[in-house]
This record gives sequence, C-alpha cells and structure tokens, in this order.
Amino acid sequence: MKPLFLIVLVLFAVWSGWRVFRVDSMVRASFSLLLSFIAVGVIAVILSAPYIGIATIFMMAVEMMVMAIFMVMFMMNPAGLNPMMMVHQHRFAIGAGLLGFAGLAAAVLTSDLPLAPVPPGKAVVADLGHELLGRSMLIFETAGVTLLATMVGAVILSARSGRFGAADEGSRPPGLAPGGEPAGRRPDESGGHTHHHGGHE
Amino acid sequence: MMLSIVLLGAAALIGIGLYGALSQQSFVMLMMGLELMLNGALLAIIGFWSLSLAGMPEGQLLAIIVMAVMAVEMAIGFAMVVAVYRKRQADVTESIRTLKG
Repeated sequence: MKPLFLIVLVLFAVWSGWRVFRVDSMVRASFSLLLSFIAVGVIAVILSAPYIGIATIFMMAVEMMVMAIFMVMFMMNPAGLNPMMMVHQHRFAIGAGLLGFAGLAAAVLTSDLPLAPVPPGKAVVADLGHELLGRSMLIFETAGVTLLATMVGAVILSARSGRFGAADEGSRPPGLAPGGEPAGRRPDESGGHTHHHGGHE
Repeated sequence: MMLSIVLLGAAALIGIGLYGALSQQSFVMLMMGLELMLNGALLAIIGFWSLSLAGMPEGQLLAIIVMAVMAVEMAIGFAMVVAVYRKRQADVTESIRTLKG
C-alpha cells in the first residue's frame, strides 16, 4: 500500500513538474510547480519526515503565490489564450535535460544503495530540534544571517533610488524592432538638461 | 526499491528543471526551472535521509538548508528581474546582449 502510494506521488510530482513548461499561462505554470512541491511534501510526510514535509508545503504555498504575482507582472500571454512557446536553443536544452536525467538515473540504478530506514517510533522531530539548537546551531544561525542578507540585497536591488540618484536614470529601453524607437517610457526625456530646443541650431 | 523510485523521480525533476532553465526565454520561467531542480534535490535528500541514514538528524538539517537556498534564490532572482526591467525594459534573456560573448 505504502510503496504504491509513493509511486503515484512521485509520478504526480514529475508530471506536474513537466506541466510547468507545457501550459500556456504563466500563472498555471506556477500553480503546476506548486502541485509538484506539494507532492514532494506529502512524500516527505510518508517517508517519516513530517516536519520537513509540512514546512515544504506551507513555504511553497506562500512562495508560489508570490511567484504568481510576479507571473502576472511579467506575463507575455494574459490568461493563456494564445499558445505560448517562448524557448531558445530548444534541442540543446532537451538534450541536456535528457542527458542529466539519464546520467543520474544510471547512477541510481547501477550503484549499491545502502538500506537503513528510519526505525519506527523514532522521535524524528525532537531529534531535528535538538540538532538545530544543539550541535548544528552555527549552521542554523548562518542560514538566518543569509536570509537577512537576502532581504537587504533584495530591497537594494529592487529599489528605484540608488546611491547615485535614480536607478533608471539614463537608461534606454530596447526598441520594439531591432534598432527602432525605444519602447515604453523614455527616461532620457524627463531630465530636461538633455532637451533640445528648437532654435539652437 | 522504494529508495530507487524516489531517486529516479528526483532525477526526472532535475532533468526537467535543467531543460526549463536552459530553454526558457522569460526570466520568471527560467527561475521556475531552477526551482524545479531544487525540488528534485530536496526529494533526493528526503529519500536518502528516510531510507538509508537510519534517521540521522543531519539529513533533515540539510533539507532545511536547501529550503533556505530556495527562498534566497527566489528573493534575489526576482529583485534582479525587477532591476533589469527597470534599467532595460527587458523581461526575456534575448534583450540583454551586453554580456554576450
């Protein structure tokens, strides 16, 4: 019963991962990825790692909601009404993906995997807590500091005002056609000092 | 047997993620590929911890570190996407050819 359920969940995780790059709407893609993460979380719960599994599900649910908002912001194809296939170096990418899978699968199938399952009744969550706040506390704290640095970095990267003035000052958007007029807003014209007046020539 | 199934699934997720990260033009879809690869790594870690480490707590710690890496990748990645869009009005990789070799 348990192996069968596990096989179904693994297949579902892989299938929904595959759907991420097959669906036409980017929002649907991010929810496909969320399904894949949830399947992995349930697998973790089945494989006696309840804390990791539940934490994965909660964290990924929030993360994919944020992702969906970004998807809407940068969406090429609203609502998935048109077929979407935005790829480059497609054959190379398929080859690399297949090669990666084949290599890892060969490593799995040919190596002698050690078998030592978690003993039933072992207090795994308590073990994890003692590990996090005991011997591995430095690693745990390092992860915390890394997340703090990430927050600072994300704010600095995405803020409009940089250290030397506005971050987008002097930027010139690419043209709609190669070498054509810049698309969207024109930050160059808002400054005033680069403005060319009619009678100066 | 069960460990092989889990690891093969993880290998498939990593392969699909690699395909996505290499083939997608849109920055956000490219990051979905990276996330999918990390998902496969997480699955492999959970499988190894549960079925061949006899419940050693360091395995769970590694899974938590991978989850922190996912959060960092998402946050910094999206911040860079916003910064690039603000500077170049670009949201596909083809629009940034300045660093192309």
